[in-house]
Amino acid sequence: MTRPVELPRWLDIVVLPLVNLAMALAVAGVVVALIGLNPLQVLTLLAKGAFGSASGFSYTLYYATTFIFTGLAVAVAFHAGLFNIGGEGQAMVGGLGTAAVALALDHALPAPLLLPLMVLGGALAGMVWAAVPAALQAWRGSHIVITTIMFNFIASAVLAYLLVNVLRAKGSMSVESRTFADSAHLPGMHQALAWLGLDWPSTPLNLSLLLALACAAGVWLFLWRSRAGYALRAVGHSPSAAHYAGIAPKAQVMRSMAIAGALAGLVGMNELAGVQHRLLLDYVVGAGFTGIAVSLIGRNHPVGIVLAALLFGALYQGGAELSFEIPAFSRDMVATLQGLIVLFSGAMAQVAAPGLARVYGWLRPAQVATAGAGQAHG
Amino acid sequence: MPAPAVAMQAISKRFGAVLANDAVDLAVASGTVHGIVGENGAGKSTLMSILYGFYQADSGSIRVNGQPATIRNAREAMALGIGMVHQHFMLVDAFSALDNIMLGAEPDWRLGPARARVRAELEALMRDTGLQVRLDVAVEDLPVGECQRLEILKALYRGARILILDEPTAVLTPQETDALFITLRRLRASGTTLLIITHKLKEIMALCDQVTVMRQGRVVLDTAIAHTSLDALAEAMVGRHVNLGRDHSAASAVPGPLLLHAQGLRWADAAGITRLDGVSLALHAGEIVGIAGVSGNGQSELLEVLSGMRAPSAGSLDLAGRTFTPAHWLDPQTARALHLAHVPEDRHRLGLVLPFEAWESAVLGHEHRPHYASHWGWLKRLVMQEDTRQMMEAYDVRPRNAALRSSKFSGGNQQKLVLAREALAAEGPPKVLLVGQPTRGVDIGAIEFIHGRLRAMRAAGGAVLLVSSELDEILALADRVLVMDRGRIAGELAIHECTEAALGRLMAGASAHAGEGQT
Repeated sequence: MTRPVELPRWLDIVVLPLVNLAMALAVAGVVVALIGLNPLQVLTLLAKGAFGSASGFSYTLYYATTFIFTGLAVAVAFHAGLFNIGGEGQAMVGGLGTAAVALALDHALPAPLLLPLMVLGGALAGMVWAAVPAALQAWRGSHIVITTIMFNFIASAVLAYLLVNVLRAKGSMSVESRTFADSAHLPGMHQALAWLGLDWPSTPLNLSLLLALACAAGVWLFLWRSRAGYALRAVGHSPSAAHYAGIAPKAQVMRSMAIAGALAGLVGMNELAGVQHRLLLDYVVGAGFTGIAVSLIGRNHPVGIVLAALLFGALYQGGAELSFEIPAFSRDMVATLQGLIVLFSGAMAQVAAPGLARVYGWLRPAQVATAGAGQAHG
Repeated sequence: MPAPAVAMQAISKRFGAVLANDAVDLAVASGTVHGIVGENGAGKSTLMSILYGFYQADSGSIRVNGQPATIRNAREAMALGIGMVHQHFMLVDAFSALDNIMLGAEPDWRLGPARARVRAELEALMRDTGLQVRLDVAVEDLPVGECQRLEILKALYRGARILILDEPTAVLTPQETDALFITLRRLRASGTTLLIITHKLKEIMALCDQVTVMRQGRVVLDTAIAHTSLDALAEAMVGRHVNLGRDHSAASAVPGPLLLHAQGLRWADAAGITRLDGVSLALHAGEIVGIAGVSGNGQSELLEVLSGMRAPSAGSLDLAGRTFTPAHWLDPQTARALHLAHVPEDRHRLGLVLPFEAWESAVLGHEHRPHYASHWGWLKRLVMQEDTRQMMEAYDVRPRNAALRSSKFSGGNQQKLVLAREALAAEGPPKVLLVGQPTRGVDIGAIEFIHGRLRAMRAAGGAVLLVSSELDEILALADRVLVMDRGRIAGELAIHECTEAALGRLMAGASAHAGEGQT
């Protein structure tokens, strides 16, 4: 019989994730030692690669931006009691929407008008793509985990079809669209900072980061400060109580998935409008799935998601740097490290909780004993 | 004198800041029925969990049949002959009764021979104890009373000579309760020691030899039943005088104008079984109408239809000058707007969103009101929290912490919070109040309080529809009583015609129909 462990809030929110992270790093250290490398050196290089220079840190933030979008997409659905595995497909179709707006209008509109439209296009496309599984769940009871997984494959196929048959630049052999005109380029962070007179190395990091942070703030406001978010969370926690209250669960399923799809759909702003400046295959490269881990580790809270996205961004960037510095440390090792972090912080998130509770109990008995004595005399 | 079956000495157990057991002594003589009573949070469940090995005491000692014992888990308890029947049954629904008993104690790895051996032993055991259970029926198809017998049988089969029963009658009908008591007396006669945790004092008086009353983690009274009375127990339990009987000063009110009129309500569930079969009823201002009946005869469905949670297939409803038909049935929001409030039967599943903080649960169903949300849809959190504090003050919800999770309140306080919401969160006091099982799993002090509030609503001119499986509750509150049987109103009695016997007859008829399919 397991007993629920009751930890104080600060231990639960701050210390436990750090303990989990430390455990993951410790096990990773053993693996690193097994292939004959010095774990401490590897960790130092990883941290240096991710945070050690302005350019490295920019890359970290660039990766994190995408993970914030996909992590939020998982979290919003999660609060409505839905497990959205479809971030990958929603991001692909969202990118398609962004690119479609860019390709259609990039010679007609100036950047200040076009870029918001591209944001809108991406969000709408992702929204529509997520709404289909949502409707199937709400009215037909098709399990959203299954349908969203299937929709990832469909999205991938649709994207490939459109790129090969419709959007491919004339005469080009590579499967990608023509390059967007300048008006459809989201400014890089170095450009934006240069306008402010700040010097920053040129990296893929672009203004999408601000959009992602605004989305995180918006999600927080929506979920915990708005009536609609209240209804959504009520359905997520207890569909029966929501029904009792007169909140229609179907509408909440639709709403949460639509928002989730819109958030995932914004990945295209970072990758396409911000960096690639054209539509191509495989620009999502698993970020939709990483979003699940990010949301899980971030406890489905926007602040946690931003921090977890930063962690994963650092792993991507630091890992890339690392495999460059130490060839023996391959990309597979980086994947192993990520896997361990997901394992310890996500799947085994509560494993350390009983131990932590015990340690907390050891450190506190003085307090308890005096309180008990006071009561006994009182 | 032989050593007591159980002797717990100076048991203390602390959870965080709460001293759940404070130097508790308990001695249970072998072959007796020993009652342990106390309000929720008095520490009686903690004490029994320590005896059963769920928790370890911080200090104190346990002796079983005179021998010092350390009980670290249920298996060790079982080895000492201690068995426990939990309030919420620990059964696998899809398994047969036989397989449930065998689970974890299979005498053979081949299930066929194992079943044959266990069946033979069980049949002997059932003959000896009178605990009759249909062994081949899946648990999900067994009535609650039979599930309980199954749990007892399971414990006995595993060699329990000391049996702990946690709130054994909470889910039973009066008939099933009587049958259970006969069984328990028979077990006592055969030498089994019984420990019964309950807050139903009547049952203690009827069944037990000895009783221990706990309050705030301490034993406040330990006496032979012959030397005490119901009132003395209630007073020891609550720490002051309580009155749960009918308030005779308030004579049955003269019914006022008709507030709700339902006619010919019909509803069938997804499996096509008719759950409501032409129910008609009228509620007038200033009356409490009780609905009695064996649970599962359509009472829950009636509440759900009247509150707008589901539409019937036929019938009509007149409420506040509007008529609703199945095609245009009211929804919960409309119902609230028409001053119809609903305290649902299941506060965990329906009444509260358990992970929500108290103030979030305290506006559930009212969150769209302009009072609570701005024109743009932003929550007015401060207003909500302030209102919640007022609700908690008015309905004595403890602790008075609007930021505490709904799940962290005791049953009685959760119920008071739901009742407070239904009475206070709306624009005005409710004109019609539907209440399901208002005091299920609620301690005695809270019952008194909740009953007082329901009477106050009647006095203020409200109409209350009270669905309860506790006959005592209906007799204490209602002005007239409808008995439900298989989705129909089987009979109506004015309160002065109501005796427990008369109601029991109507209900017993109902249960005989439900159980056997014919009389």
